[in-house]
Amino acid sequence: MATLNRLATADDRAAQRGEHILAADQVGKLIELLVRRGYEVVGPTVRDGAIVYDHLESPDDLPRGWTDEQKPGHYRLHRRDDEALFGYVVGPQSWKKYTHPAEVRLWAAERQNGTFRILNNEEKGQHPRAFLGARACELAAIAVQDRVLLEDKYRDPVYDRRRGGAFIIAVQCTQAAETCFCASMGTGPQVSDEFDLALTELLDSKGHRFLLAAASDRGTEILSELKTVPATEEDRQQAAAKVDAAARQQVRSIDTTGIKELLYENFEHRRWDDVAGRCLTCANCTMVCPTCFCTSVEDVSDISGDHAERWRRWDSCFTQNFSYIHGGSVRTSAKARYRQWMTHKLASWIDQFGSSGCVGCGRCITWCPVGIDITEEVRAIREGGRNGDS
Amino acid sequence: MATSSTIDPMLPQPYLVREVSKETPDTFTLRLDPGNEARESVFRPGQFSMLWVFGVGELPISISGDPALRDRLIYTVRSVGQATHSLVNQKVGSGVGVRGPFGIGWPVEAARGRDVIVVAGGIGLAPLRPVIYQVLQNRKDYGRLVILYGGRSPRDLLYRKELAKWARIPETQVLITVDYGGIGWRGHVGVVTTLFKYSRLHPARSVAMVCGPEIMMRFVIRELETAGLSRDDIYLSMERNMKCAVGFCGHCQYGPHFICKDGPVFPYERMRPLLEKYEL
Repeated sequence: MATLNRLATADDRAAQRGEHILAADQVGKLIELLVRRGYEVVGPTVRDGAIVYDHLESPDDLPRGWTDEQKPGHYRLHRRDDEALFGYVVGPQSWKKYTHPAEVRLWAAERQNGTFRILNNEEKGQHPRAFLGARACELAAIAVQDRVLLEDKYRDPVYDRRRGGAFIIAVQCTQAAETCFCASMGTGPQVSDEFDLALTELLDSKGHRFLLAAASDRGTEILSELKTVPATEEDRQQAAAKVDAAARQQVRSIDTTGIKELLYENFEHRRWDDVAGRCLTCANCTMVCPTCFCTSVEDVSDISGDHAERWRRWDSCFTQNFSYIHGGSVRTSAKARYRQWMTHKLASWIDQFGSSGCVGCGRCITWCPVGIDITEEVRAIREGGRNGDS
Repeated sequence: MATSSTIDPMLPQPYLVREVSKETPDTFTLRLDPGNEARESVFRPGQFSMLWVFGVGELPISISGDPALRDRLIYTVRSVGQATHSLVNQKVGSGVGVRGPFGIGWPVEAARGRDVIVVAGGIGLAPLRPVIYQVLQNRKDYGRLVILYGGRSPRDLLYRKELAKWARIPETQVLITVDYGGIGWRGHVGVVTTLFKYSRLHPARSVAMVCGPEIMMRFVIRELETAGLSRDDIYLSMERNMKCAVGFCGHCQYGPHFICKDGPVFPYERMRPLLEKYEL
């Protein structure tokens, strides 16, 4: 009875919201529980000098003690002086690696009596996946791709199958890279509610642990099977402060005020010529972008000519072939191709899908071989006056 | 074409080639049907299909047949590359894959009670032929039908017999021009816009449907506006690279529009801010 009469403390409220503390050595148990439920757990791991997403067997596969240094055209891994599991920001890959694969066979067909029949269309043995370590900007990117590939006139069955059952374990950002600008895009660093479980990594005198919250029934179910203690108000405040710090650390931003009109009205801005002088049209920015969805298809046949397949592959508006119609490509110049990419991302995307196509992850800045910075390009157009005439 | 919505729009349905007829030295009309399968071909004028040749590739091709004939699909294809070449060289009885129909077509229904002006350049007449069929089948529901058609040379003109037949139908005016006449051509020579002075238009009650190269469409729009047509009564069919036809591949973007799902037919008013942007 005494507990019923007691006024609810802030600690109780945190516990009621489902915020718990998970010891760092319990992350393996989390992976185990997911595997037992039939998920393939994928998440960050160190490979070839970068943090990439891949199959995870155990916490030993996580980038323990690593961090990333990012600048325009620059990415390096460094050792941290602690054992943080998620002490990095974002790597070159995003979850579209799994939801919208770089190449996928759409169907196969064989010749039959002068015509053909489609076979093996259904993919077999697709495990639902658990995405361990999704950041706020990445969840925003998944929502953007959902809108494009599931919620428009048609549903993409390939994306649907991979996205549908995905279990999402978000990780709150507790530090920002020099290339991050999610705060200005309104997509982070705080993960809101598009997750099953969310982790905030805490490392201090009280030990290495995570603030853990659930936002779905299946998340709550997993949480209930983990060894946790209710989070205290202090834990909560500490976690919130770290996420706040990640927002404050951001040195880049895009002023999105009237950005659609800004780019539509500046189709002939001089800055496009300037950036075209630097852009190599290599398409790296579109490959690393978590929302870029463009693809091409390639029809292949075997040597007998009786078996044909259609493969879908990521494509990029930076290639000249992308806009080819009989008579030639529409966008032949680098200027036109950079302008198409940036104007689509930041302006026409709003007309098409009701939101910006940019989530502020900064990957296009980091992975641009010549360090073109989208935030700087927007600023130059905004400050240059109409068409750069001023 | 399958009417069932359960059919995956990414999967080609097998159709059989029943006839390939030569329209011009490089352009052919194909007639397809679904063989023994009971599939009705339902489409609206201006819609297109993705046609797939086994092991070669897939192309967006406008449907050029009569929408009232649901037992077949008709396409007029200009052979300009590997895939189109292979398509027009298909033998009768062979199978090709068909996806679709896709896209928003011409406002034929909305044009009831009005005059219809069809302006076509070259192969641009193909996606407009279903409009002509539909207007002529419902002749009393429409006012005058004016067809302005321009080709490069007399031998590049499509559907010549039909054009002659249409010209004899009451309240139907067919004007044809070629860029280069050559010996034996007694018709008009000049770009399609030079036909406007011979056409009898009632701008206030007309709807114009235009298909051809973009440069031609720009000049035709100028003529139509000069003649007094409202921008809202001018429709264009646009072309861009297309891989998927369902809005996923991104190739057909034209400013904020996806040609495949928002078009290919657009009211001029929506295209106007974009048409003069070079390399958009």
